[in-house]
Amino acid sequence: MSNKIFLRKGLNIPLKGSATSHIARSISPDIIAVKPSDFRGLNPKLLVKEGDAVKAGSPVMADKKRPEILICSPVSGTVKEVVRGEKRKLMEVLIESDKKNEHQQFAVPSYKKDANAGEIKQTLLSSGLWAFIKQRPYGILADPEKEPKAIFISAFDSAPLAADLDFTMRNDFENMQVGIDVLSKLTTGGVHMSLHADNFAGSPMHRLERVKTHIFDGPHPAGNVGIQIHHISPINKGEIVWTIDLNSLAAIGRMFTKGIFDLKKVIAITGPRAKKPCYVETIPGMPVKDIIDFAEQTPEKKSGELLPVRYISGNVLTGDNIGENGYLGMFHNQITLISEGSYKEMFGWALPLRAQKFSLSRSYFSWLMPSKKYSLDSNLNGGERAFVVTGVYEKVLPMDILPMYLLKAILAEDIDKMEQLGIYEVVEEDFALCEFVCPSKTEIQDIISQGINLMIKEMS
Amino acid sequence: MKALRKLVDNIKPTFSKGGKLAFLHSTFDAFETFLFVPDHVTKKGVHVRDSIDLKRTMTIVIIALLPAMLFGMYNTGYQFNLSTGGDMAFWEMFWYGLFKVLPLIVVSYAVGLGVEFAAAQIRGHEVNEGFLVSGMLIPLIMPVDVPLWILALSVIFAVVIGKEVFGGTGMNIWNPALISRAFVFFAYPSQISGDKIWIADLTKGEGVVDGFSGATPLANAAAGQFDSMPSFMDMFLGFIPGSIGETSTLAILIGAAILLFTGIASWKIMISTFAGGLLTGLLLNAVAPGPDSYLAMPAINHIVMGGFAFGAVFMATDPVTGSQTEKGKWIYGFLIGMMAIIIRVFNPGYPEGMMLAILLLNTFAPFIDHFVVQSNIKRRLRRAAVKN
Repeated sequence: MSNKIFLRKGLNIPLKGSATSHIARSISPDIIAVKPSDFRGLNPKLLVKEGDAVKAGSPVMADKKRPEILICSPVSGTVKEVVRGEKRKLMEVLIESDKKNEHQQFAVPSYKKDANAGEIKQTLLSSGLWAFIKQRPYGILADPEKEPKAIFISAFDSAPLAADLDFTMRNDFENMQVGIDVLSKLTTGGVHMSLHADNFAGSPMHRLERVKTHIFDGPHPAGNVGIQIHHISPINKGEIVWTIDLNSLAAIGRMFTKGIFDLKKVIAITGPRAKKPCYVETIPGMPVKDIIDFAEQTPEKKSGELLPVRYISGNVLTGDNIGENGYLGMFHNQITLISEGSYKEMFGWALPLRAQKFSLSRSYFSWLMPSKKYSLDSNLNGGERAFVVTGVYEKVLPMDILPMYLLKAILAEDIDKMEQLGIYEVVEEDFALCEFVCPSKTEIQDIISQGINLMIKEMS
Repeated sequence: MKALRKLVDNIKPTFSKGGKLAFLHSTFDAFETFLFVPDHVTKKGVHVRDSIDLKRTMTIVIIALLPAMLFGMYNTGYQFNLSTGGDMAFWEMFWYGLFKVLPLIVVSYAVGLGVEFAAAQIRGHEVNEGFLVSGMLIPLIMPVDVPLWILALSVIFAVVIGKEVFGGTGMNIWNPALISRAFVFFAYPSQISGDKIWIADLTKGEGVVDGFSGATPLANAAAGQFDSMPSFMDMFLGFIPGSIGETSTLAILIGAAILLFTGIASWKIMISTFAGGLLTGLLLNAVAPGPDSYLAMPAINHIVMGGFAFGAVFMATDPVTGSQTEKGKWIYGFLIGMMAIIIRVFNPGYPEGMMLAILLLNTFAPFIDHFVVQSNIKRRLRRAAVKN
């Protein structure tokens, strides 16, 4: 039934502050933000103006080139503000919730045996759920006119302090099953789901039907769907596949059973600066101020500096620094609270011990304490340099890809080489650990991002 | 500590943009980051970073070089004592060596860092840490009697022509330390070859014991004088004439252990270099025309003679100039070991082959990598073909 794939390469960063399995509260935010930047490949066209009333499921923006792709409001209320940045770029739409939770009712087609793929696609588009399907290469909005080779779902998150999806999704089994049934109508290659070897038998996802189950073992990034695709059925030139996360899958399930656009989910509050790391129930777009009391405000002191909190929507590898006035991202299942590392450590690089610092290399002594958890902060721990050390990225990238050569091809803007070296198979998150371990402090995810943007521009 | 921080903060504006000494910005920055890990925080991408940086990496290499350096100092005194038939005590020999070797190290660092700082200043970059290692490697691969001005010239040549013209640390094609040695080797051959220059003051010839030659084991071997070669143990421990840091295989292996344990140097390159040398030596043994031939010398002797071990551990493993693919590293190392022995045995002009072997393979490393990359690309394409 399932084949087990063991990945030796990778790293679980031993960060302090993993969430204990209890839901501390259910949050119904006063205000939420819809950020077009959460949807890669979206060229947003605003469909509402300030003061407009919306329901949960009312379209807020659409894609300029493909206006059938809609982004909808997760709550009912009024559009409070349209925030624009430089050159009038649309940054976010703030919607004030009326707390009535009024849903727009959608008429949904059958997803059973007599289902019609066209009708299903139409429902996904008009309900705004289409935007939650990501297309590879590049992790962009799925193209409604193309059929994917297959659909891939990762049923576990291996990122540092990631939410335990077995726990957060435990009440959504039925919805996920419906989501799978719906999506399986849109591809001939089937729906593939990857579980972690440690507890796959105990995972509720193990019981899902009509999916091809794959078992992965090994440290992060084993939970990245891109890594999983690489080992299940790699993406070659000209092929496209879709990916979707479990929460979006459950949202599709709710749509096809109840006819409503309901994005509620359980997220983890984690990190060394979280008072009592735990879970909360909320909806995407929630403001940080709703969970600000979970943050340890008493500043940590290092080298005479008082360190404020950094609020990260997502995990420490791929998340966004949103600040205390920010909003939870659409696809993020956790908020991570760490200290800003704005301190100057005397002779830090030369100190033999530095017991509070973690390193994959044995040039520090963290390897002596494999079970120790660290309060890592955002200090760069060095200065940016040219590529010097080799063979480090390879230790944390479980793919048959030569990371250094792909990065150099991107920097040289050599499209042919990027294509040959695997740009179709990667997104930023797959290279996050390479960035973490890089002694030259290179911004590797940014380079990958440039490469993907260049490919989109050149290939369209 | 706080006072120092205060001082740095006070003088910082002078060196910042708009300050009087703003043109020395890179220099100031280098000293500040030397004293304090900067308060730079992650901006985009990952929010936390591994605590290793290039300063730490280079520090580990220097620590790994210390046993070879200390033994080199001692051996300088030991060889001098031997040549003059003196009866110096252990510490006397060490002090003698220390005063001979220290000026070389000081000149190497002073000149090299001077050029590095100037280059960083011109480019407006941060000063790179690369020379911290090169500056230590260069004196260790020189004969102890090398004149300081020649050393200074070779360092300038190595840093400017060997590194900065390519864009600085990380961009160079050849190992800068070996470039400096090659410079002396070709520009001032009398200072780095022959029998006299490996032992302090031997060229002056004062008070030298009658019949003392000062020849290195390599020179003995090249001349076919296998009887006058030192014992294997002496060569392994390092009580032989040679460049300052290269003589003691034991001290070098201690350094190798540090590099391998910390994971700073590639074990693949190190092992394959030794394997390449040993296998080539064994192969030559097998085809040796007679027991008196150089080809018949026990293969293991090649490893403990001359600069083979030093090159394998500290120079071949330079990540910038070596092969950058994991598979390529095996081939690259093996070929270095092989070429070094071939040059030693078959080229009458150069008793030592390690320097040229590494420089040669530095040149070919991108070529080796090219094939590894192509095989990766082909595998990728084949995968697509199978699917369709």
